[in-house]
Amino acid sequence: MNNIPQNIPDRAAKKERTLDIVNRGLSKRYRAERRFRFYGLSAIIASMVFLSLLFISIVGNGYTAFQQTFFELDVSFDPEVLDKQSLATADYQGLVKQSLRNMFPDVSGRRDKRMLYSIVSSGASFQLRDMVLTNPDIIGQTLPVWVPADDDVDMLMKGHFDREAGEGERRLKDKQLAWIDQLVADGKIEKRFNTTFFTSGDSREPELAGILGAAAGSFFTLIVTLLLSFPIGVAAAVYLEEFAPKNRWTDLIEVNINNLAAVPSIVFGLLGLAVFLNFFGLPRSAPVVGGLVLTLMTLPVIIIASRSALTAVPPSIREAALGVGASKMQMIAHHVLPLALPGMLTGTIIGMARALGETAPLLMIGMVAFIVDIPGGFTDPSTALPVQIYLWADSPERAFVERTSAAIIVLLAFLIAMNAAAVILRKRYERRW
Amino acid sequence: MRKFVTLTAIVFFVAALFAPVQAGSGRDYVSIVGSSTVYPFATVVAEQFGKSTSFKTPKIESTGSGGGLKLFCAGVGVEHPDITNASRRIKQSEFEQCTQNGVKEIIEVKIGYDGIVMANSKKADPMKLTRKDIFLALAKDVPDPAGGEKLVPNPYKTWKDVNPALPDKSIEVLGPPPTSGTRDAFVELAMEGGAKKFDWIAAMKKSDSKAYKAVCHTIREDGAYVEAGENDNLIVQKLEANPNALGIFGFSFLDQNMDKIQGSYVDGVQPEFEAIADGKYPVSRPLFFYVKKSHVGVIPGIKEYLVEFTSDKAWGAEGYLSDKGLIPMPEAERAKYSSDAQSLTALTSLK
Repeated sequence: MNNIPQNIPDRAAKKERTLDIVNRGLSKRYRAERRFRFYGLSAIIASMVFLSLLFISIVGNGYTAFQQTFFELDVSFDPEVLDKQSLATADYQGLVKQSLRNMFPDVSGRRDKRMLYSIVSSGASFQLRDMVLTNPDIIGQTLPVWVPADDDVDMLMKGHFDREAGEGERRLKDKQLAWIDQLVADGKIEKRFNTTFFTSGDSREPELAGILGAAAGSFFTLIVTLLLSFPIGVAAAVYLEEFAPKNRWTDLIEVNINNLAAVPSIVFGLLGLAVFLNFFGLPRSAPVVGGLVLTLMTLPVIIIASRSALTAVPPSIREAALGVGASKMQMIAHHVLPLALPGMLTGTIIGMARALGETAPLLMIGMVAFIVDIPGGFTDPSTALPVQIYLWADSPERAFVERTSAAIIVLLAFLIAMNAAAVILRKRYERRW
Repeated sequence: MRKFVTLTAIVFFVAALFAPVQAGSGRDYVSIVGSSTVYPFATVVAEQFGKSTSFKTPKIESTGSGGGLKLFCAGVGVEHPDITNASRRIKQSEFEQCTQNGVKEIIEVKIGYDGIVMANSKKADPMKLTRKDIFLALAKDVPDPAGGEKLVPNPYKTWKDVNPALPDKSIEVLGPPPTSGTRDAFVELAMEGGAKKFDWIAAMKKSDSKAYKAVCHTIREDGAYVEAGENDNLIVQKLEANPNALGIFGFSFLDQNMDKIQGSYVDGVQPEFEAIADGKYPVSRPLFFYVKKSHVGVIPGIKEYLVEFTSDKAWGAEGYLSDKGLIPMPEAERAKYSSDAQSLTALTSLK
């Protein structure tokens, strides 16, 4: 009996002590957990901040490129200048100059006239030529024509130039500013949607430069890449996963595929230069070579993705198919492949998205080039979208800064679309067991 | 049915692989490679040419002067380029390489001049440098400041150390990497020009030309000179952000950014269009392109491209190339090179 009252406080003290230890440690553990969560959260916030900074700076720089300044000129299509015999080579520049002189009759002197002519883009004369060639009936008439302004004027209208700077420090002189102000007052100058940017190839005049040429080059390159890398990648994955024996050779192949996926892309460019250009003699700067090089680069990605898609198909499906008498080929073609296909396609799209953004391998095979004509086939010289961005970023004219950002926006839009397609495909068709 | 599909697919792949080999045997556009300095000018001409004639627009790759000449000299045939741009003259070794590979007749066309400028932000005062200052500020080894004919590792930290007339700012210069033609020209014209002001270094040229070159052409590597990559726009942006830094690049970038940056005086002359054109500004170099004569007539448009490039409306004093920042040659020189180009006079040897 004596022991019990003695024992109870003793026990209670003991119990209290464990609880104390737990309680004492508890807040510390909570704190540790909160810190741990905070680290994770701040990592996400940091990456979101960087991502939004990237987007804000690109969109902030680039959105103005989707607009372009145009002038309204009253062009008289003078039959004396436009000789019916040689419409293609007539002096259209002269027509542009004549209409400018008509608008500003007080301008005289060689220097002043030169300054006046320079506010209109050199593309204006080609625009007039195309108008006359498509419709020769306009000869003899006087029509108002909207022509693109020079890139310096465009930059001024978009507020990228400091008007207050001294005259010697500006690209546009005081007189030119006065003419432009007069045009603004007359409503003969306005900003319009920049269709040229989406419908023409590269140009050294920012106001005439467009991304269609680069987009077409990227398109042809990716078609070649897709047509080659998808069947080859899937076939390789199926063989390795379903047929190949497990031995030292297949292990070696597997290790090599994994290594290949991590090889820097410039190496593939050098390989392409040595094999496709120098050995097979394929043309330089052609999308077909670009496609072949990018195939080498995306193949490992597709093989790895396809293999994991195949392993995800449960063995019971294979066994059931074989059990009802299907041959191995029927089992693969009718049951395993359809179930693994969404995963394979996802891998392919992600591989293609990477190929779309690649410049380094294209550098070696001559696709970093100035190409005005829009490529119409697999062997025409062409560039790709990221190469166009690189070339514009290196151009001295200031108007190319916004065009670089605009081209990046277009490239990002393509990438986001492709990745979204991969996500949708996975959401819709992927089956989990 | 399935067999048929598989078969067509296989045929298609084989065709896709081999079709280009056949298509590659002819080329109906001019292929141009070479210097990134000439690229902005050549592309303007190519575009004008493509738009105003019935020929296709030439394809222009920016490979650098050395890379371009290597491709150009690799041989004769449609798979090799027709024209290469260069921001320096062809070297004897390259000329021999060309001859060895069957490229025997080369037409040399000088197109104009390019000034290399050292510029800083408008927020700071313009620098008044001499070539000697540039050499002392940027060379790896400089003559001992204590005197004597001895080289010591560059001890200068600020511009004031180099020349008491200059501001007390640390030396910070952004410039192109060694692969760049601009860098080659800069060390040759500005640094070597400054080094020659020391009589005993100039005397080395005769006695030990290798050591002379090493002294004149080696840029310091202790952080005062920052290799900023080939992208000159990037250098301009960095100068704007850092008023203490100087940048080295081609004149056309200064010309396009006059509101943000200013060129430094070199030997008392500011890099302005007129000063470079009449040769007063000391750091300027000629630009060239080279044409493979055996391709003229085989590839359509080469001759017409030459005519367009050498016309007054392109490279003349008021031509469209001068709007892009090319410094035109004097009238007599233009006449010589344009008649050489149009009569397809080949280069016989390098004088």
